[in-house]
Amino acid sequence: MKGMTVIVKTVSSWVKVLIFLFGIYIILFGHLSPGGGFAGGVILASSYVLLMLAFGREFVEKNLPLPIASRLDCLGAFLFALIAILGLVVGGSFFVNFLYQKYLPGEPFNLVSGGTIPLSNLAIGLKVGASLFLVIFALSMFRYDSESLANKRLSDRTGESKE
Amino acid sequence: MAIFYILLVFMIIAAIIAVETKNLLGSVICVGAIGFGGSLMFLFLRAPDIAITQIVVEVLGLIILIRATISRDLTFISGDREFFGTVVSIVIILVIFVAGIRVFDALPAFGEPVFARLTGTASETYVRRGLQDTGATNLVTSVYLDYRAYDTLGEATVLFTAIIGAMVILRDKSRKLLEEPDA
Repeated sequence: MKGMTVIVKTVSSWVKVLIFLFGIYIILFGHLSPGGGFAGGVILASSYVLLMLAFGREFVEKNLPLPIASRLDCLGAFLFALIAILGLVVGGSFFVNFLYQKYLPGEPFNLVSGGTIPLSNLAIGLKVGASLFLVIFALSMFRYDSESLANKRLSDRTGESKE
Repeated sequence: MAIFYILLVFMIIAAIIAVETKNLLGSVICVGAIGFGGSLMFLFLRAPDIAITQIVVEVLGLIILIRATISRDLTFISGDREFFGTVVSIVIILVIFVAGIRVFDALPAFGEPVFARLTGTASETYVRRGLQDTGATNLVTSVYLDYRAYDTLGEATVLFTAIIGAMVILRDKSRKLLEEPDA
């Protein structure tokens, strides 16, 4: 689990940045062009999967520690719920697009348009990215554990047979 | 239109191979081929949002499945089929086939939206009033974050709950319990 060759490591450390940037673009321009929070979040998570494949699990754990990832996950969910409740408080009903209707109409095809939609996209992107990262991390952790368990059982069994 | 039938035949062949092959890695790759065919089909049906999501999730799922598959010792599946199970599955497939023919007769042509033939439907309202109601030029986003934001909240809650469950089950304490069941 110490990663792959130097070539793979070098290339993936460059490509990872581009993938991450593309994910941010997909999230930020979700209300103008195809894409959105979910697809962008998955792209963000896949950049970390690339790191995990090339460098191994321990490197990624140092790069983005698990407590921070789970906090980002909670932060995304909290922001999305906060936007919904702000709609209830300011606009009068749950999830109403109060920014567009009252404060910040914006021009169509501009980055600042659509009211709360880009903000919701941002929250969902954060949430999906962090939680898919956690899913993959949990899966690799479990794989590691089941392998060590199997080895332990195997050694136990061989020990018994020797006795 | 021919491209859809080519893709459909490709996906059906890949699905049959994925079920029938004895090689686990080949089966995983065939599942990935089905997903990529599906995303191509979404692209030709002019649904780029779904195509992007499908292809990204497909890549991620394929990587996870391959990592989970090739590290296992058991990459080949052996064993014969049961006679009773085969008979039951053939009967179920026949029933679904007969029912499906009736359903497909009622459907519009492939690639033609059902709601395009009706007037006053919700989708027509979204297309006509989406920009002035929400200000977002991507109508898919304006549907799932404005008109139907409750759905998105539910989806986010499902994902959140799944992560919490996974992290609780796989946390350090339970891992130690798993390693030492007697302690």
